[in-house]
Amino acid sequence: MRDLADGLIRVLGDDHKASGPWQPDLTLDQLIKGLTDMMRVREFDHRMMAAQRQGKTSFYMRCLGEEAIACAFRAAMSDDDMNFPTYRQQGLLIAHGYPLVKMMNQVYSNEHDPLKGRQLPIMYSSREHGFFTISGNLATQFIQAVGWAMAAAIKGEENVAAGWIGDGSTAESDFHSAMVFASTYQAPVVLNIVNNQWAISSPQSLARGQAATFAAKGLGFGIPALRADGNDYLAVHSTASWALERARSGHGPTLIEWVTYRASAHSSSDDPSAYRAAQESDRWPLGNPIERLAQHLIELGEWSEEQQQQLHVQIEEEVRAAQVEAESHGTLHEGPKPTRDIFEGVYEKMPRHLQHQRDLLEGMAWLE
Amino acid sequence: MARMTMIEAIRDAHFVAMEADESVVVFGEDVGYFGGVFRCTQGLQAKFGSHRCFDAPISESGIVGAAIGMTANGLRPCVEIQFADYMYPAYDQIVSEAARIRHRSVGDFTVPLTIRMPTGGGIYGGQTHSQSPEALFTHVAGLKTVVPSTPYDAKGLLLSSIEDNDPVIFLEPKRLYNGPFDGHYDRPVVPWSQHEWAEVPDGHYTVPLGKAVIRRPGTQVTVLAYGTMVFVALAAAEESGIDAEVIDLRTLLPLDSELIVESVKKTGRCVVVHEATRTSGFGAELAAIVQEEAFFHLEAPIRRVTGWDTPYPHAQEWDYFPGPARVMAVMKDVLEV
Repeated sequence: MRDLADGLIRVLGDDHKASGPWQPDLTLDQLIKGLTDMMRVREFDHRMMAAQRQGKTSFYMRCLGEEAIACAFRAAMSDDDMNFPTYRQQGLLIAHGYPLVKMMNQVYSNEHDPLKGRQLPIMYSSREHGFFTISGNLATQFIQAVGWAMAAAIKGEENVAAGWIGDGSTAESDFHSAMVFASTYQAPVVLNIVNNQWAISSPQSLARGQAATFAAKGLGFGIPALRADGNDYLAVHSTASWALERARSGHGPTLIEWVTYRASAHSSSDDPSAYRAAQESDRWPLGNPIERLAQHLIELGEWSEEQQQQLHVQIEEEVRAAQVEAESHGTLHEGPKPTRDIFEGVYEKMPRHLQHQRDLLEGMAWLE
Repeated sequence: MARMTMIEAIRDAHFVAMEADESVVVFGEDVGYFGGVFRCTQGLQAKFGSHRCFDAPISESGIVGAAIGMTANGLRPCVEIQFADYMYPAYDQIVSEAARIRHRSVGDFTVPLTIRMPTGGGIYGGQTHSQSPEALFTHVAGLKTVVPSTPYDAKGLLLSSIEDNDPVIFLEPKRLYNGPFDGHYDRPVVPWSQHEWAEVPDGHYTVPLGKAVIRRPGTQVTVLAYGTMVFVALAAAEESGIDAEVIDLRTLLPLDSELIVESVKKTGRCVVVHEATRTSGFGAELAAIVQEEAFFHLEAPIRRVTGWDTPYPHAQEWDYFPGPARVMAVMKDVLEV
């Protein structure tokens, strides 16, 4: 199967038909749920990016064009599995039913922010939804995913971990640590490289070097490696299912390279026109994953342009209503003051020196 | 009561912790089959199996990163970094991850993790086997930093650390592994079997984190020390005839500042001793706390006796090591003010 590291697993062709050995066994309901999840993610991103531009929060990161990867992967997972995500897998939460309002509360750092204003917008955390707390330090989560999976094996449990990393961050030493540990201990983990072609301004080749593909890096570690079209919901679902099942049944780790394209800027602080050709994103390599799945459903005779339009309107309304509710709890600079006790939770029990510093800060309240 | 070396006491703490709690797992370089280069984990794999005590590849960031992932899945790892000097590849995992996960996730995830590492010099280890990086940990919000100086404390503090729900850096002064070394490198080695602080009870007991202890009560000057320097300070007091109050900090963070300040208020003088480099060392923090909280009781400037701001040398080890003569000289200076 070494050739799978150099090829590209695809199910949906340019004719919108599904073909080949990787066709997943998904019901119509599951396909429509997948389409809905992706559209919800895109609309959520759209509104939050606009909110950032309106000054309602400090920072935002979209996953435009990468929606299929997180949404289909989450759909292939079990409830008790755990993700160690990067900052561009908001689809893992949305596809698992995490409330949009709660996500927005985090983005706004408002009084209902579950992370109490401590984290940068989009750095979500939810054990309940199998989503490890996001770090801004790249690649650290990749080896942590392996450790989580090792613990599952040590305890004799069948849960599986998924580690996530971007193409650029595979250059970090923690990528190497994760590969060594996953290989040595045969941990039940799926290691995902999301190759969206760009690490802020540098192209993926800078981290890939002379390796033919990112997936090929798995072979040197003796880890089965797959390379799949990340903009093809069906291909993502079947590839993910294969790797998750392999881990769950005790056969060890899999490395997957998801080939995709970062269709928007790296973040709200970035402007790609400074470093990449404008025509590139207009061409949208591998295509719009939402459009591809919708066209496939239409091709099957199970969907129509009218239904697609209706769904779009319905999701717009849903996300808009969520935003109204979230903003009723405040935004970064406006609305009720959140509980922002920064001294809580540094340790389980607050040590004396932190109690003292908290008293100092509270004593300075009159300065405001 | 049995007298143990510090190595035996640390090993015993592992046995007690692993017996009591299935979620305790132990791993690191050479830790499993061989039992560690200093033998601190000897016998654990034979007793508890290779799924609970195992060898790790030579990858400190891998060891700590994997351990953090394990904490998110209900385990309570106690890992070994073979020498504190080797911890730098793991520093990102320690500082950006282990220390902050509780806070950044508002308790959704926590990191009950103990990271043991042999520290300090005096064994001809050169610059890569002798460092004392404690200040690199005490500077980080979210970590606890522990340095035992006796076999009794080593076991009790290690059990407290493993049972703690926050990440603990457990620095083991390797020159104290086999005996209470007082800095007189040219004299015969004293084994722990000749010292009462080597008496270690069977079974479970703890020494609480955040509590210092007065090793020698005195009236003329307070000497703050930890690890190997506790015995150096005691020797300096003995040989100089100065009635020094020697405090063994045991835990650097959280720090028992109450005991320190109370002592300085009594003696009016304070000398801080550590083996680590001087500039921005933990001694600077101690001196700052003492002057903030006991300034009007001070009769002399607070002075530091430390390693020099150089790499730890190999052949010139004893020029670097702040032995009893240097402590004595500074105590005398302070008393003459």
